[in-house]
Parts: sequence; C-alpha cells; structure tokens
Amino acid sequence: MASLKDVKVKISGVKKTSQITKAMNMVAAAKLRGAQMKMERFRPYAEKYNAAMGNLSTGMDAAQFPLMEVREVKSVELLVVTSDRGLCGSFNSNILKQTERLMRQLEGEGKKVSLVCVGKKAAGYFKRSGKVRAIYTDIMGNFQMFNARAIAQDVAGNFLSGGADEVHIMYGRFQSVAVQRPAQQQFLPVKSVEGGAAAASADYIYEPSTTEIMDVMLPLYLNVMVYHAMLEVSASEHAARMSAMDNATSACKDIINSLTLVYNKARQAGITGELMDIVGGAEALKG
Amino acid sequence: MAEKLQLEVVTPKGAVVSESVDLVTAPGYAGEFGILANHAPFLSTIKIGVLSYKKDQQVEDLMVSGGFCEVSNNKVTFLVESAERGTEIDVDRALRAKERAEKRLAEVASQREKIDRTRAEAAMQRALSRLKVAERRKPK
Repeated sequence: MASLKDVKVKISGVKKTSQITKAMNMVAAAKLRGAQMKMERFRPYAEKYNAAMGNLSTGMDAAQFPLMEVREVKSVELLVVTSDRGLCGSFNSNILKQTERLMRQLEGEGKKVSLVCVGKKAAGYFKRSGKVRAIYTDIMGNFQMFNARAIAQDVAGNFLSGGADEVHIMYGRFQSVAVQRPAQQQFLPVKSVEGGAAAASADYIYEPSTTEIMDVMLPLYLNVMVYHAMLEVSASEHAARMSAMDNATSACKDIINSLTLVYNKARQAGITGELMDIVGGAEALKG
Repeated sequence: MAEKLQLEVVTPKGAVVSESVDLVTAPGYAGEFGILANHAPFLSTIKIGVLSYKKDQQVEDLMVSGGFCEVSNNKVTFLVESAERGTEIDVDRALRAKERAEKRLAEVASQREKIDRTRAEAAMQRALSRLKVAERRKPK
C-alpha cells in the first residue's frame, strides 16, 4: 500500500495536470472562434468563385487547359494537410491513417505515390517513408493567402511538368465542433464545376477571351482550394483539441476523486493503528 | 434619380463593400472600364490597381489586387485577393515598398530573371496603387 505522502504527491501532480488541460481547453475554444470566423468570412468568396468557375467552364473544352488535362494516371501526388501541433485527440492520426490507406491502395494499383506535407504532424509521420517531395510547416497559425499560393504553385508546377498525373488533397473537414472527419478532394486536374447551367444562359461579354480568363482563374482557383483546406484543418484542430482537453480534464477529476479516497482510507488506517498502540500500552501499564 | 447598381467586393477575409452605387470604375485586364446600371452581363479579370465607385456624388477609392469581376442583373461582384480603403493604407510603408521595388527592378533589369521581375513589377504596382488611393483620400 502506498504511503500517505506518496498519495498526496500524486494528487497534487494530477491537479496540476488538470489545470494545464483546462487552460488548453480554454485557449483552444478561443482559437476555434477565430478560425470559425475566418472560415465564415471566406465562405462567400469560395462560393462565388465556384459559381463563376461553373459559368466559365460549362461548354468549354477542358482539354485546352493544361491544368484541366486528364492524363492516364501513373503517378499520384497527395497533398496532406494536418496541424502543426499535437494533443488534439485522434484528429491528425485519422487524416494520416486515411492517407496511408489511400497510398497502399494506389500502390497496389501500380501507381507511384508522392507526398507534399503541410503541417508538422504529416511531415513527422511520413519523414521516413521516402516519398515526401516537399514539406511546409509553421504556416497553419497565420492564415496568409501567399502561403497557400506558394503551395498551390509548387504542386501545380509539378503537375504540369509531369511529376504527377493526379493530385488529391487530404485534410480534415470541419463538420461541427464535435465532429471532424478526414476528407479527400481532387485537386488536379481541375474538374469542371457542375451546376453552372442556370447562369450560363446569360450571354456574357468576356474580357479578355474565355480561354484567357480561365488561364488566370485556374491558378487562383487552386489557391482558393488550398487555402480552404488550411482553414478547415485549423478549425478542426482547435475543435478536436477542445474536446480532447475537456475529456482530459474530466479524467483528471475522476483520478483525483479515487486518489482522495485512497488517501483518506490510508489516513484512517494510520489513526486506528496509533489508537490501538495507545490502548495496548495503557493496558500493559495497568497490568 | 438614375438606377443603381449593387456593388459587392469580396476578399478571402470577408466582404469589403456591399452597397448600391451609381458608377463603378475598375482596372480591367484590357484597361480601365466603367460600369453603369443595366450593363450587359460581363466578366473580366482584374489587375492590381484602383477601383473607384460613385455613390450620391461621393467618390470612394479602393486599392485592389488581382482577381476578377462579374456583372449581371445590375449586380457587380468583384472577387479579389485583397482590397484596401484609403484610410487603411500605411503611406510610409507603401513608399518604402515603392523604393524597394524600384531598386529591385533596377537590379533585375540587368539580369534576365523573369520570375523576380514579375514579382518586383507586381510589388511596384501594388505600392503605386496604394499611394494613389491614399493620395485621393487626403482632404484638399
């Protein structure tokens, strides 16, 4: 049986841990609000972009744009977006697991797989696989469009030069504060957006020509997709950390309760023992 | 009173303008263009430059960087990477950026690095547009 002092030390240790997890929970909650707000602000931009892409791409021959060209798929690149930090439950490992599964499946089909890792967690996980082509870390916190642009340009360049015939983004989709799911989205070749038919009936004047507009818009569209994935991952990360830390805090509470019970029992046993000694001594003196 | 146009300027950081206005002038791909009410459906890419709009005889200016613009049913939507009002612009910073870009352009002029030049030119454009917007903002 643990001594009184041992139990006491353990209780105070657990208490300190629970203070930390509680603080992390609150920080994550605050950051989640920020990330969610950014996502809400970005949404109209992304939606309008999609609508405009739909208008443009309907009735256009995809083959004339290198970024939309569908080739026979021999090699696939996966753009894996995770968070930079851990301690957020199974959020990152879910994305990584799904990536791994997809990798195995693709390799089973005889395709070559390369990886571009965004976020330290993905970078660390795949470091030794030898398939990593590029790594971007420490960019998740500050949402700057130019970070997304750098990644999009890099990946698009690789696609255009034939380094990969298809590119997918793997990220965590933010569904609600409680639910974040790993998600996969085709990045390249750009699929023509569906649902542009309604607005396409209006005869637009294009300046410059539609093809030239597409040449400008396609790379921007890629930026939007990468940026969107980064926002989703960041919001999901904070939401996942919030619930993970909440769980940790309540687990700490449980441990403290059971340790306090152990402590009180041991203390009681000690007192009883001492009483027995005193009573025994008194009896002996009387004798 | 003439008919009005609904102007929306949207950036990744949120909507910057959502107002009904009389006239919009924007830096299009093929040069500056103006849009009044009942304009035909129109789609153009936007360069770095100054977007201005007129509302009740008041002219407002915005510095915008690359994106595109869509006009349909008296609604003008600008999707740009950034948009700044004159009051938000840091003139000193823009001036410094302009000097930097000038120096950079002089440097790359001798060599033939196309990427650097495009970047420096874009920086120059941004700085000049910012200064222009900030300048117009000043009370006369």
